[in-house]
Amino acid sequence: MTHALQPGAESASAAGTRPARSAPLPGGKIVLEPDEISRALTRIAHEILERTNGGADVVLLGIPTRGVPLARRLGTKLAQVEGRPAPAGSLDITMYRDDLRLRPARKLGHTAVPSSGIDGKTVVLVDDVLYSGRTVRAALDALSDIGRPRAVQLAVLVDRGHRELPIRADYVGKNLPTSQRELVQVLLTETDGQDAVIVGLSPAGAPGQAVEASR
Amino acid sequence: MKRHLISAADLSRDDALLILDTAEELAQVADRPIRKLPTLRGRTVVNLFYEDSTRTRISFEAAAKRLSADVINFSAKGSSVAKGESLKDTALTLEAMGSDAVVIRHPASGAPHRLAGWVRGSVVNAGDGTHEHPTQALLDAFTMRRRLGRIDGLRVTIVGDVLHSRVARSNVLLLHTLGAEVTLVAPPTLLPVAVSAWPCEVSYDLSGTLPKSDVVMMLRVQAERMSAAYFPTVREYSRRYGLDAERMALLPDHAIVMHPGPMNRGVEIAAEVADSPRSTIVEQVANGVSVRMAVLYLLLSGAGPALDEIGTGSPAATEAEIAEVAR
Repeated sequence: MTHALQPGAESASAAGTRPARSAPLPGGKIVLEPDEISRALTRIAHEILERTNGGADVVLLGIPTRGVPLARRLGTKLAQVEGRPAPAGSLDITMYRDDLRLRPARKLGHTAVPSSGIDGKTVVLVDDVLYSGRTVRAALDALSDIGRPRAVQLAVLVDRGHRELPIRADYVGKNLPTSQRELVQVLLTETDGQDAVIVGLSPAGAPGQAVEASR
Repeated sequence: MKRHLISAADLSRDDALLILDTAEELAQVADRPIRKLPTLRGRTVVNLFYEDSTRTRISFEAAAKRLSADVINFSAKGSSVAKGESLKDTALTLEAMGSDAVVIRHPASGAPHRLAGWVRGSVVNAGDGTHEHPTQALLDAFTMRRRLGRIDGLRVTIVGDVLHSRVARSNVLLLHTLGAEVTLVAPPTLLPVAVSAWPCEVSYDLSGTLPKSDVVMMLRVQAERMSAAYFPTVREYSRRYGLDAERMALLPDHAIVMHPGPMNRGVEIAAEVADSPRSTIVEQVANGVSVRMAVLYLLLSGAGPALDEIGTGSPAATEAEIAEVAR
């Protein structure tokens, strides 16, 4: 949950539309270290190149919050491997969620589609955690309102299982079997000051921090 | 701010910035091939207009439709109001038909406030008498922030018929909340008695104020509300308080000229000023749709009032979060 805007900041968007940093889950177990995250992304980048004919016409769209820096990192890695930069943007799915009526209205994330557009491109959606699949369902709806990609693929850093919709990822950083009582938290340097994937038990008192990463 | 948007004074700084930031994202929808979001599917918004209006009604209608809400338009002319139905009965009738929000414009100040006590849905004030017009103030603030990059510390001069202007009152309250310095310029007869209690400066000298203004907002001379002789002639008003090209040259280079519309060209604003690149009058209309989308989204989309929750963090939110974690 993105809480109050930072005091003193004129605008959250001017400040980069970032929620407050998440602190690591107390008592959580680190399952991916920074270098493991980096290696997983490198592998995903290579897989994307294999499956898309060298990354021609690939557009990376990250789902806020933490899909966005992941998409940017993948774009950098694609450029390093193939020497061809892949445009990276962000796709906010808040307005397409199916649980809007279950909780107070949310603050919107930022949508920035690369200027090349998505018509006829291969769009790779990027998110941190794949869980119920509902976020991806919303993202597919959001995409179809923006244009008509040739193909849509999904890359996630962590797949924790427990799908509620018929959705699967094309590229997975790490498959992480979890119980539904557990929380999976992804921390990234860009948003949280450090890279880590942490699994912990849901703390009954203060669930707010990890909700973002657990959906 | 609670379930309703009645007055700009109800908005905390965080609430107002949340609306502006949300509007900033929603403004992108206007540039897309499909200018529609599914967010308010199945919700009904009633436009209850007891006073003539073009841009506000159409703007609210466009905003609600872009969010996929159903819109019912009601104007007092040609309805049962002409047969003597009271506001309360009309409101209850509309609610029985399943409205989730009522957007009301009414010639009586305070009508939206009364209405909020009668209906279960949200009430949005779209202008009540000479009281307030909060979405206009929000879209004006939004326009200033887009053009000038900030609101905090801006020097805003509001010129003209402050006495009858709900736009001026809402703007003074909102801009003060957002940290701008507001100066009202008007003939003494067109200032409210209690203006000294407003969080703003007052001046009678337009030419002297313009060089110190980042924004100048011209108000319409509201002939329909003028029941007495507030100034000798239109020509004299125009000479002293109208904005022509010569006066506009006194403004700093970056300054913008705003007008809530509809304009009386040649009275409070000269045609060459209204059509100059400094004028934001057409932008204001486009921004109005984005801001009203943001207001409707924040009031209607969630289980509870978003603004209240994000401003203060209500316990209800925590429960919803717990529910989501469990899911």
